[in-house]
Amino acid sequence: MDEFALIMRHEDGAKLASPEQMQTWMKQTMDWIGGIAAQNKFVSGTGLPFDSARVVTTKNSKSIVTNGPFGDIKETIGGFIIVKAESIDEAVEFAKGCPVLAGEGNSMEVRKIAKNDGAH
Amino acid sequence: MNQQELIPHLFRTEFRKITSVLGKLLGIDNLELAEDIASDTFLSAMETWSYNGIPDNPTAWLYTVAKNKAKNHLQRNNLFAQKISPQIKSSLAEGDEIEIDLSEKNITDSQLQMLFAICHPSISTEAQIGLSLRILCGFGIDEIAGALLSNKETINKRLVRAKEKLRAEKVQILFPNETEIENRLGPVLLTLYLLFSEGYYSESKDEVLRKDLCIEAMRLTHLLIENEQTNKPQVNALIALMCFHASRFEARKNNRGEFVLYQDQDETLWNQALIKKGVFFFNQASHGSKLSKYHLEAGIAYWHTIKADTKEKWEGILQLYNQLLQLEYSPVAALNRTYALSKVYGKAEAIIQAEKLNLSDNHFYFTLLGELYTDIDIQKAKSNFTNALALAKTTVDKQTIQNKLDKL
Repeated sequence: MDEFALIMRHEDGAKLASPEQMQTWMKQTMDWIGGIAAQNKFVSGTGLPFDSARVVTTKNSKSIVTNGPFGDIKETIGGFIIVKAESIDEAVEFAKGCPVLAGEGNSMEVRKIAKNDGAH
Repeated sequence: MNQQELIPHLFRTEFRKITSVLGKLLGIDNLELAEDIASDTFLSAMETWSYNGIPDNPTAWLYTVAKNKAKNHLQRNNLFAQKISPQIKSSLAEGDEIEIDLSEKNITDSQLQMLFAICHPSISTEAQIGLSLRILCGFGIDEIAGALLSNKETINKRLVRAKEKLRAEKVQILFPNETEIENRLGPVLLTLYLLFSEGYYSESKDEVLRKDLCIEAMRLTHLLIENEQTNKPQVNALIALMCFHASRFEARKNNRGEFVLYQDQDETLWNQALIKKGVFFFNQASHGSKLSKYHLEAGIAYWHTIKADTKEKWEGILQLYNQLLQLEYSPVAALNRTYALSKVYGKAEAIIQAEKLNLSDNHFYFTLLGELYTDIDIQKAKSNFTNALALAKTTVDKQTIQNKLDKL
C-alpha cells in the first residue's frame, strides 16, 4: 500500500467563516477523517491555519515577506491529511468525501507520497 | 469466617503483599523463592491453625512466620544472601537482624515497584497479565488458567519463561525515576487495562472470578493514583473508565446466565456510587495537555452511563470514536463508531460506511450489519446474522445472535 497526501485548497482564504460555520465544518471534517480511520487507512492530519501565515518571495533579487497566504494566490492550502490506499483511485475516493468540496471553487489535490527507496 | 473460608481469603489479600515485599528484597532473580516462602507460610498456617485454632491476629501471625522463614533461609544460605542486596550484606557483616519491613507503606511501595518490574516491555502482554495475577493479585495457577481460559501447564510455562526473561534482562525492582516514569507507565497501564478487560469480557464461567479480575485491576490502578509520582491524568482517565464499565456489572447478566445487551439492561441495577466515583476521577483526568486513548474511552464510557437515547449522546460518542480511531485503530472501535454513526445519521449512511470496513473474519462485524439491515432489508439482515452465527465461538455469543435471528 502507498501513502497519499490529500491537500485541501480553499478558493478564497480571506473569506472568514462564522463560528457556527467553523463548528459545523470541524464536525464534518472529523466525521470524514473518522470514516477513513475506521477503515484503518488514516495516517495523519495536519491543519494549516491562515492566521499568522507568511509568504516569502524574491523580487529584484530581494527577499520579500508578506502576510500570507492571500493576495495573488488564487487557492490557499488549508491543510492536508495522509492516508494509506491501494491506488490513486482509492485515494481519490477518500478525497471526494472532504467537506471542503462543498464550497464551489474549492479543490482537493491528491498526491502520492514518495517512498525513499530510490525508485519513487 | 471459619477456617475454611479464612485461609483462602487471607491468601488472596496477604500472599501478594508478602510476595511483593520479599520479591523486592530478594530481587528479580529470586521471585520463585519469594513465592515459595509466601506459599510455605500459608502451608504452615493450614497445618498449625487446624490444631491450635485461628490466632487472634491472623495477619500478624502470617507476617511473623513469613519474616522468620525468610530470615532463616538467608542465614542458612549466607553466601547466597550476600549476592542479594548490599543492605543484607552489610547487616550480616555487622551481625544485625535482617529487617523485613512489612509495614503498610513498604507493602504499597513494594507492590508498585513490582508492578513496574512485571509490566516490562521485554515480556509479552499475556505474560505480564499472568505474572501480575500471580504475584500482585495472589491468584493461584488454577485460577489464572480458569480466568484466561487456558490450562495449568500453559500458564506455568508462560510464567516460568516470563521470569527467565526478566532475569535475563536484569530488570530492576525499582521505582522508575521522574523522566522514566512517563515511558514505563505505558506498559503498566496497558496491562491493567487488559486485566480489567479480561474480567469484563471473559468467557470464564466463574462469575466471582471475573469480577475479582476487575476489582484487582481497579485496586492496582488505584495504587498508582495514591502515589504522587504516578498520579497522572491518563491514570485517572483509566480508573474513570474502569469505574464506568464496572458500574453495570450487576445488570450485564440475567439469572439464566445470558448476557443482557446494553439497551435491555435494568438501569436500577447500575451502581450509581461507582458512576459518581468515575466522574470524580474523570474530572481529575482533565488536566495537562496530553490526550490519551484512556481519556477518549473514558469519555465514551461516561456517555454510556446515561441510558437515554439522545442525539447529543450519540454525536458526542461519534466524535470521541473519530478521535480514538485517529489515535489508534481497532476493529472494535471501528464497529462501535459505525453504530454511533447510525444513531446520528441513520441506518442507510451507516450501512454504506459499514460495508467499507471489511472485517469479514469478525462475528461482531456481521452482527452489526444484521442490526443495521433489520427494518430495512430482512433478507440481508438474516444472511448477515447467519454469517455472524457461523463465526461466533462461545455459547453465550451464539445465543445472543440466535436471539436476534429469532426476533426477525
